[in-house]
Amino acid sequence: MKSGTIFIQGNEAIAQGALYAGLQFFAGYPITPSTEIAEILSEKLPKLGRKFVQMEDEISSMCAIIGASLTGLKVMTATSGPGFSLKQEAIGYAVMAEVPSVVVNVQRGGPSTGMPTGVAQGDVMQARWGTHGDHSIITLTASNLQDVFLMTVEAFNLAETYRTPVILLFDEVVAHMREKVEIPKPGEINVVERLRTSVPEGTNFHPYLTREDGRLPMSDFGGVHRYNVTGLVHDMWGFPSNDPKVAYDLLHHLVDKLENKADLLARYKEHYTEDAEILLISFGSAARTALHMVEQRRERGLKVGLLELQTLWPFPRQLIRSMCEGRSHVLVVEMNMGQVCQEVRKAVIRPERVYLANRFDGASISPADILNVLNMIRGKGV
Amino acid sequence: MAVKDYMRQRFLPHIWCAGCGHGIIMGNMIRAIDQLHMKKNDMVVVSGIGCSSRMPGYLDFHTMHTIHGRALAFAMGIKMGQPELNVIVPMGDGDALAIGGNHLIHAARRNVDLTAIIMNNSIYGMTGGQYSPLTPTGKKATTAVYGTDSKPFDVAALAQGAGATFVARTTTYHVQEMIDIIKKAIRHKGFSLVEIMSQCPTYYGRKNKLGGAVQIMESFKEETVKAGSKKAETSPELIKRGIFVQEDQPEYVETYLTLTEALQKAAKKQPGEPQGGHHE
Repeated sequence: MKSGTIFIQGNEAIAQGALYAGLQFFAGYPITPSTEIAEILSEKLPKLGRKFVQMEDEISSMCAIIGASLTGLKVMTATSGPGFSLKQEAIGYAVMAEVPSVVVNVQRGGPSTGMPTGVAQGDVMQARWGTHGDHSIITLTASNLQDVFLMTVEAFNLAETYRTPVILLFDEVVAHMREKVEIPKPGEINVVERLRTSVPEGTNFHPYLTREDGRLPMSDFGGVHRYNVTGLVHDMWGFPSNDPKVAYDLLHHLVDKLENKADLLARYKEHYTEDAEILLISFGSAARTALHMVEQRRERGLKVGLLELQTLWPFPRQLIRSMCEGRSHVLVVEMNMGQVCQEVRKAVIRPERVYLANRFDGASISPADILNVLNMIRGKGV
Repeated sequence: MAVKDYMRQRFLPHIWCAGCGHGIIMGNMIRAIDQLHMKKNDMVVVSGIGCSSRMPGYLDFHTMHTIHGRALAFAMGIKMGQPELNVIVPMGDGDALAIGGNHLIHAARRNVDLTAIIMNNSIYGMTGGQYSPLTPTGKKATTAVYGTDSKPFDVAALAQGAGATFVARTTTYHVQEMIDIIKKAIRHKGFSLVEIMSQCPTYYGRKNKLGGAVQIMESFKEETVKAGSKKAETSPELIKRGIFVQEDQPEYVETYLTLTEALQKAAKKQPGEPQGGHHE
């Protein structure tokens, strides 16, 4: 892959980030507004001797990447709302069987078929709770294409480190806009490779026995260790179990391995936050509007700042709590009916000071949409 | 090696009911693998959900027990990921033909080198005896109290129509034939599908008053006939056994790898050429 500056579309920044991170297998199914990711990778992956397949549906795309990941490959699929719904059962399997995998969801208007070409950020809760049962998951996002590239690399790194599916939750505006992206030289950004077991052939390998540092080394299918992978509650051999103790320990492990690391997993950016009396919290393309708003108000002397979230799950509660402390008001800017806003209210000491500026009609949120709420909470009227 | 040497004995006893046909199929699959002298490390067995799908756990290969109906989709990723591996996909009739029907026809269409073993006991056993798309017309199940209301699939014809390059049918009564067919299916380069009629005395047998395992297996002997035999001509109402399709066609993964090699060669000849085409 060539390094240097290129002018590309958001979906290509995802593809480029994935290739930089070492993507070896992609399975997908056409869906607006993420299709370009599959189109670009269908051209690039075969040239690099890596694998691309267009599967018969969204479900099988998710299943295929899990299978390929178990053979030792770095894998990804990409979709949008309806496809993300279809993938949920298999995402749960990847959670349960702890299979590193990256799932891109370029959000569009919903529910159902919704607005295929409209922008939305309505899948925040689906990314967290779309699959059934208690679990945890990592979800990353970004507002500009350089960060889209970086977060995509990060998604692969975290998937490998924590043996988990990682959701890249972008939106239609970010995926379809064009910007300059600096592709780093190989080695310039850290790329995490799969941790494979050092247990020699002939010695028992326990695929689900956590190491002291919390990590679980893997062994590729086709290698010298033969083990079982299942979506059932399983013991350290990967064999199904109905033992309540085994179930208790497994669920705790699956949740704790991410929720206990929420601070470590928090990726975010601060814009003019130091002296801000009013703090805006936003993410994805909504954060672009929020930043514009902050800069405009700063020119008029208003002490306002922006916390841009890049990790949505596990939710960075401690960060939000400490960042919001002492501010006169907190304003969450998002393109849904308050999915992140609810989480912010749960995290802060004074939830009555948390307000929502939003839009969910398929159009981008505008500076005026934010200003209206800002004026209202400052007692200036709309 | 003995059959038990291919099994993870720490995970026994298995969950199957007394008289279930699935153990016969597992045993014969092992015998076929043993007779082909295949290495354990080269074998992957991937299943979905159901009674039949518990088989991989007992086998000392690389094994995967996935979600309902999707075993072939997981297997597709494994085969593309490590094309040198032999991937066998045991499935039940509900798993393969109802919830997994789409993956079955597309795996057949692509002619990807997987061996699908459909363990057809005409019922959903794991959930307690509901009818499947392979339950014969009029037969009873817990969700077909008055008898099933529709025709079952002819799996062999379906697979053939979808493009499978190896299609066969046998039963748990015909054990030598089963071993021989499984061996040929594994050796076949391309998508191979073997339907094995299996008995579920617990649900299907009881609901339809078919007697115990032995009686149902005897019915397999009486109600089936070797394809191409004289009896098959004179008794067309009997279900045909044997290999129906066996042909050489380009295999999916091999074709893909040929393409990638050609593209990489072409790229080496023109080192100045950017890899991204118009995107860069």
